[in-house]
Amino acid sequence: MINTPLTIKETQDGLKSKKFSAVELVDSYLAQIKKYNSEYNIFLTVTEELAYKKAKELDQIGNFSGPLSGVVTAYKDIFLTKGVRTTAASKILDNYIPQYSATTVKKIEQAGGIIIGKTNCDAFAHGASGENSDYGATFNPWNKEYVTGGSSSGSAGAVSANMSLVSLGSDTGGSTRQPANFCNLVGLKPTYGAISRYGVIAMSSSLDTVGSLAHTVDDIEIMYDVLKGEDGLDGNVVNPKPQTLNPKPRLGIAKEYFIEGLDSEVEKMIDSVKKTYEKIGIEVVELSLPHTKYMVPVYYIVMPAEVSSNLGKFDGIRYGNDRSAFGEEAKRRIMLGSYVLSAGYYDAYFEKAMKVRTKIVGDFNEAFKTVDAIISPVSPTPAFKLGENTNDPLKMYLEDVYTTTANLVGIPALALPSTFSKSGLPIGFQLMGPRFSEYNLFELGKKYHKEIDYKPKTAF
Amino acid sequence: MAKLTKKQVLHVAELSNLTLTDSEIKKLTPQLDKIIDFVAKLSEVDTDGVEPTSQTTGLTNILKEDIVKSDESLSQDEALSATDDQNGYFKVPSILTNRSDD
Amino acid sequence: MQKYITIIGLEIHIEPNTKSKMFCSCSQNHFGAKPNTQTCPICLGLPGALPIANKEAINKTIKLGLALGSKIFEKSYFYRKHYFYPDLPKSFQTSQKDNPFCVGGELLGKQINHIHLEEDAGKLIHSDNTSLVDFNRSGCALIEIVTEPVFHSVEEVISFTKELQLIAKYLDISSADMEKGTMRLEANISLANSKSQTLNSKLPNYKVELKNINSFKFLEKALNAEIERQTKALDSNEKLVQETRGYDEKTKATFSQRTKADSDDYRYFPEADLPPIHIGELSISNFQFSILELPAKKRLRFEKEFKLSKDYIEILVSDLERANYFEECVKQSSNLAMKPSVKLIADLMINKNLDKEFPEPAGLVAKLYALSHREYAENNTTENAVKQVLSENPEVVISYKNGKGQIIGFLIGQVQKLLKGKGDPKLINSKLVEKLREENF
Repeated sequence: MINTPLTIKETQDGLKSKKFSAVELVDSYLAQIKKYNSEYNIFLTVTEELAYKKAKELDQIGNFSGPLSGVVTAYKDIFLTKGVRTTAASKILDNYIPQYSATTVKKIEQAGGIIIGKTNCDAFAHGASGENSDYGATFNPWNKEYVTGGSSSGSAGAVSANMSLVSLGSDTGGSTRQPANFCNLVGLKPTYGAISRYGVIAMSSSLDTVGSLAHTVDDIEIMYDVLKGEDGLDGNVVNPKPQTLNPKPRLGIAKEYFIEGLDSEVEKMIDSVKKTYEKIGIEVVELSLPHTKYMVPVYYIVMPAEVSSNLGKFDGIRYGNDRSAFGEEAKRRIMLGSYVLSAGYYDAYFEKAMKVRTKIVGDFNEAFKTVDAIISPVSPTPAFKLGENTNDPLKMYLEDVYTTTANLVGIPALALPSTFSKSGLPIGFQLMGPRFSEYNLFELGKKYHKEIDYKPKTAF
Repeated sequence: MAKLTKKQVLHVAELSNLTLTDSEIKKLTPQLDKIIDFVAKLSEVDTDGVEPTSQTTGLTNILKEDIVKSDESLSQDEALSATDDQNGYFKVPSILTNRSDD
Repeated sequence: MQKYITIIGLEIHIEPNTKSKMFCSCSQNHFGAKPNTQTCPICLGLPGALPIANKEAINKTIKLGLALGSKIFEKSYFYRKHYFYPDLPKSFQTSQKDNPFCVGGELLGKQINHIHLEEDAGKLIHSDNTSLVDFNRSGCALIEIVTEPVFHSVEEVISFTKELQLIAKYLDISSADMEKGTMRLEANISLANSKSQTLNSKLPNYKVELKNINSFKFLEKALNAEIERQTKALDSNEKLVQETRGYDEKTKATFSQRTKADSDDYRYFPEADLPPIHIGELSISNFQFSILELPAKKRLRFEKEFKLSKDYIEILVSDLERANYFEECVKQSSNLAMKPSVKLIADLMINKNLDKEFPEPAGLVAKLYALSHREYAENNTTENAVKQVLSENPEVVISYKNGKGQIIGFLIGQVQKLLKGKGDPKLINSKLVEKLREENF
């Protein structure tokens, strides 16, 4: 067994210099999985055979020249992987073997990535803790009593438990950033339309994005380069135009973010982030996003409506089990969605929400006239305990207060680990920028991590 | 104050193609009430003359050429692979009602 | 005096003859294919699949709209129309609602409400106590024409439908064949009490939808059967309900398929996976140049230009290929010295099906030429007759040689007499001149 490196560069340097082989990497990750997976419930399917097959191929060719060559990757179980069981963590798809693979899965494969397995998540990506999985919750590797966050619970768990170098998740209302934040990882929600959604089980069509999780901003950037761009199958994707970073960038913090319920340690962390940027000569100003308090209501109308539509295809005829196999949260969202789209309610709810969404987009268009990026918490609190929010769906929905924004507006958001709470739980923040400003966010993220001398860490 | 009646809940369940048990309805109804009340907050916002946003990309005219691409098609086996078929057809329990589209 | 006024509105589906389906690259032509052999993740409704709209299907829809005088919406959207049925894989049909491609329009004086583009569902087959589904047809493009409820007789419906079918063929947007299923029709029928209709100008409070009509013959029978049923009901003061009915050839009557208390709640909302279509950018002017002469105009022109009978015009115009063939024949034969009449050409086509025998117009024209020539005497016969006449009229020959050129007319006449009128004037003339030049005479 080897000490698996925590960055892509170290991994590829090691492979190229023959310090270790790809097969040895796979050996080590699989050993970690065998040791801890039943305890933490991170993987639903481990693709041992495929991983060794790919690793042997790479070792044979020997030059490890692909951008993700030798990079062990875990996929949230909503990514269709041809021939490999894909469940969406729902009993509906308990036995589904997809007939095709997602574009992003193919891209990573072509870039040299090694698939290690399919990770647990909230069923159909409905959740903010991982507790809505039909296969049991995932436990936070940093502290077993706590959630990893969701819905990409297993994807965050896998990387922070050193079972995979990187992972893919999805982000529809925070589902990549919040678990990244709870698990001390860098997580990217890309611009809506930067990365193809083809082959990712749809949740909310105008909000869904493919998210990525890793230990460093550098690694997230490498993954973004591989994943982005047109594939002829997702009509909303365009090749992004190159963006130049403002040599004197300016950051903003919305005054509306300091709400009741914001944990004091999180607030303190935001303040320290502000000071860190100021220290390196980047101005941070206060601004206003007046419609902030309407983000969650808009989200919980638009998203369930789109969910009720997208989950209609699961009728058990062509694949999957019948609709009685849906979990509680799925049923709740489908019912809510049908309601807000139904005759007599469409105008007051769905159409109203679409109009308020326009106003929210307007807030950000205004804000980005004066700043290059916005600093924001990811969650109001660090990770919460398992069972803490499960009795009250609405309470769980309020977890999304800081994250749904970026999805509603279609902008990129980069979650960055900052520090740890007194109780030893990770705390981080996010940077949000205009559409297709990912490289600017990467620059700003790297600058921050350099200044605080950030070192990647796994839970064990 | 949203107060969904059982009749309304059953109607929404029918629209959703979901069969709910009595206990599910009992549990779900107050939850839905609470959520609907919460999202109804949006009525506070002045949206006069505001266009709805259904999509944030601003794209138009993303179209494909009229070409048949056989490599994007599934074979009959692949199409049927996720279920039991009957002579190449998908099976459905007998239909009791007729299609509801116009 | 008709007691009730028949009010009929139509919803006609035309399957455009694109190569690929509406939102994916599977083949649009599913006729006769084995079940589930023409599907892909998109039209099979597999999780994760996404649609992309077929440009050509949109082109054909707009062409039809322009031909019918519709207004083309500058910005058009696709919507999701939700209902659950086993042949609808996504549980919603991607269709249009607000801002369809074409609005308004008219044909044979009947107003069109709008024309929109959508995708078809799969085919459901009932067998014993299971139902079977074939998704080959799922996702195929469908153009839907919705008329206003402005038809008041079965004849009007049939004329309209036939003309629409013809236009679809002229524009080459569809084979529009009812038996093959590339054209389907649904009729909404109600009867109004004549008096109240004229007083209030309001539509009756019910309508019966007739579905699954797959031939013109059935259309006529079904509509008449339904009108009869409704008439009887109203006569006996029975209340008519809003419902869907089909036609049973065996009983020669319509039967109830489904009662609809109120209209279905399709929960339409905009399809976020398909960006809106900006027609302006697609350049409508391009379409207008490519729209050829439609049947109505062609009928008028054929009447004016060729003065054919109405029957002949109808036969030719109702098949664009034949009409073009006819005109090509007329054009080519105008170069012949022996110019055949336009009516002759039409006769040979319509009564003798010569256009079937000769796939190319040039073939028929050559045949015409041969026909008119078969009457003429052969070369040798003509030459012998010429020799004979010349030897029998030596004084005339001398006169010709002395400069009386026009006397050749007399000689031509004599040859023609010998040949019993079957001589080719040109041939006779040239043979005479040839012989007269020779020394022996």
